[in-house]
Amino acid sequence: MDSSRRSVLKFFGLTALGLASRPVFNAFATEHGHSAMHFEKGAKALKAKQWAMVIDTRKFESADELEPIIEACNKAHNIPQFENKNHEIKWIWETEYHNAFPQSPNRFLSEEAEQRPYLVLCNHCENPPCCRACPTQATFKRESDGIVIMDFHRCIGCRFCMAACPFGSRSFNFRDPRPFIPELNKDYPTRMKGVVEKCNFCAERLAKGLEPACVEASEGAIVFGDLYDPESEVRKLLRENYTIRRKQSLGTEPCVYYIV
Amino acid sequence: MNDKKYILGGLLIFIVLFAFPFWFNLGKAAPAPNPVLSEKAKAAGKCVMPTEFMRAEHMKLLGMWRRSVVRHAKREFINPEGKQYTMSLQNTCLNCHDNKAKFCDKCHDYASVDVYCWDCHIDKSKGEE
Amino acid sequence: MLELAVKGDKKYWSWVVALLAVIGGAFLIYLWQLKFGLGITGMSRDVSWGFYIANFTYLVGVAAGGVMVVLPYYLHDYKAYGRITVLGEFLAIGAIVMCLLFIIVDLGQPMRILNVWLYPTPHSVLFWDTIVLNGYLFLNIVVGWNVLEAERNNVHYQAWLKPFIYISIPWAVSIHTVTAYLYCGLPGRGFWLTAILAPRFLASAFAAGPALLILLCLFVRKVSRFDPGREQIQSLAKTVAYAICINVFFFLCEVFVAFYSNIPEHMDHLKYLFAGLHGHGLLVPWMWASLILMVVGIIMTVTPLTRKNETTLACACVAIIVGTWIDKGLGMISGGFVPNPLHQVNEYAPTLPEIGITIGVYAAGALVLTILYKIAVGVKEEVRA
Repeated sequence: MDSSRRSVLKFFGLTALGLASRPVFNAFATEHGHSAMHFEKGAKALKAKQWAMVIDTRKFESADELEPIIEACNKAHNIPQFENKNHEIKWIWETEYHNAFPQSPNRFLSEEAEQRPYLVLCNHCENPPCCRACPTQATFKRESDGIVIMDFHRCIGCRFCMAACPFGSRSFNFRDPRPFIPELNKDYPTRMKGVVEKCNFCAERLAKGLEPACVEASEGAIVFGDLYDPESEVRKLLRENYTIRRKQSLGTEPCVYYIV
Repeated sequence: MNDKKYILGGLLIFIVLFAFPFWFNLGKAAPAPNPVLSEKAKAAGKCVMPTEFMRAEHMKLLGMWRRSVVRHAKREFINPEGKQYTMSLQNTCLNCHDNKAKFCDKCHDYASVDVYCWDCHIDKSKGEE
Repeated sequence: MLELAVKGDKKYWSWVVALLAVIGGAFLIYLWQLKFGLGITGMSRDVSWGFYIANFTYLVGVAAGGVMVVLPYYLHDYKAYGRITVLGEFLAIGAIVMCLLFIIVDLGQPMRILNVWLYPTPHSVLFWDTIVLNGYLFLNIVVGWNVLEAERNNVHYQAWLKPFIYISIPWAVSIHTVTAYLYCGLPGRGFWLTAILAPRFLASAFAAGPALLILLCLFVRKVSRFDPGREQIQSLAKTVAYAICINVFFFLCEVFVAFYSNIPEHMDHLKYLFAGLHGHGLLVPWMWASLILMVVGIIMTVTPLTRKNETTLACACVAIIVGTWIDKGLGMISGGFVPNPLHQVNEYAPTLPEIGITIGVYAAGALVLTILYKIAVGVKEEVRA
């Protein structure tokens, strides 16, 4: 029994006990001993054991090409744009080779590979140090599909996860972000000041059967799929190409792979 | 015991101060709130759960929705009648109740309940934002 | 015993009022922070912990330092410390109060702080930190208060206190160990990722805490009829001498490991702090000042001549307190965040409002300490009268 179901039962059990004088309540509470209301995954929702991403960096030549990808994410998730760099919020952004892979900046690399722009985002690690650090489980690894996700309602803003993340993937809302969102997407919430945020692998789109916004905008350069499905496109690419991951030696098992 | 008058006097002052909200507001009760159902909500006839339930327990239901969506990746709600709804304050609740100011805020303001839902969730009914 | 705190002369009351004024001012700044968000501080996406957490870390050390009088007295029956154990315990209370306040002012959503206990998370070090800190606060209040009251009534303290006293000794070690574990268990932060971090924190704690206690003893002797005692101060000075030597030794161990192994991730932070990195070197003068102050502290506390002279000893203590504060308060936190995980250098400096709130927290701690010391000294004067 998962905990949401348990909490439903607990809720009705308690109310049935304590508020038995409320007939309206009992009407639901007593049917089969508990309520018949329940929660499900949507029929169209995409499912995986562990979502993963492969970024084919060969397909990007200049930072301009990454612009629409980053923009798609920013728009979808109401990412604010601050002038003050200290307050910056980034879910997915562009950086250079030696910043993305500071541990392995091979010398005399092919100039082309070195000058390519690299996309970085939350790695949705299989062994995430941020989730270990969080004192309230406000950030956690979703059991159903391995997404490392935030519960903004619970975050106390201690920023322990930011210190714990070895990839600098997390941002903190140093002030109310709402006035700084260029174009409000009214189908998605904003955040409030004082909470940490980061890429959520577009959990809200996956639930509707859509791929992440960046994948959709990348025109095939980014591929998304189940790491544990040998038939997935991600696995096919991993089989056929030499890929690297960021700071692999730390043992966090990042789920974002790069073809270089 | 010549401290008696100080003790009683002190107690009296304490009680008067402590009861400040009561006597200050005496006879000035605000009118009971009168939330207005939007046309869309009226047309729908019923909410995701019966009206009495929603009136009393909507916050708990929303809490359960939140837990299910955020923490368990289950975003569909099936009510006891078997009807399915996508659990979303912004995209399901506010879709019908598209008049937050005249609906949600009415009772919340009356009861002096300061919910932080709207710090993040967008009130779509506000066209200009 | 609380009545002792409200019987003071004009100087005492002006000091209390001055502290209250500072606290009030800082509280207004805090209200601003609460409204605006932590954006009024100098923290950033890269340096996500700043002055608040740094001072928190330093004060955990001061609190743990109190055990340096408790341990010899209760475990080794070193009678001389009987006079001043309560001063050590009350210093710990003041320090922990400041620690907790620093945690609260650092939170983005402080009204949700109880989530830490509502959703207890044993795999988070921060969860344990709240437990050890609050536990240590509780232990010191219970032990300090009851032992002092027993002294006032001229009786032996209650037998049930013994277990609390013994527990408080390893507990003091635990508060700084767990606080070090906040940092040293994080992958990808080369500066903190060292097994010696907790010992190093403890060494600096056992230098800074007793050094502050020496200054407080000298102050108490000056303003009251209670003399904490020359022998006591000299014994504390020896503790300080050993601890500050070990602290610098541990630091040198770090330097050796980082530079002999030649691993960039470990060297870069030290380079940033002591020489500057990619043209950024905000902390360089501070770090060298810290090192020089600590070395001066070593020379002055190890040399018998300057240790035995209480004036030079006081100077040594100031040097050590300032030196370790820069080391832990400025260098330790910023140093771990610069360069960032993508190896970019974004420096941090506290802003004025941030410093204002910090001063307010220190004032709150000073107020707690003032009241507690007033009570303790009052009891001591009574007993000796």
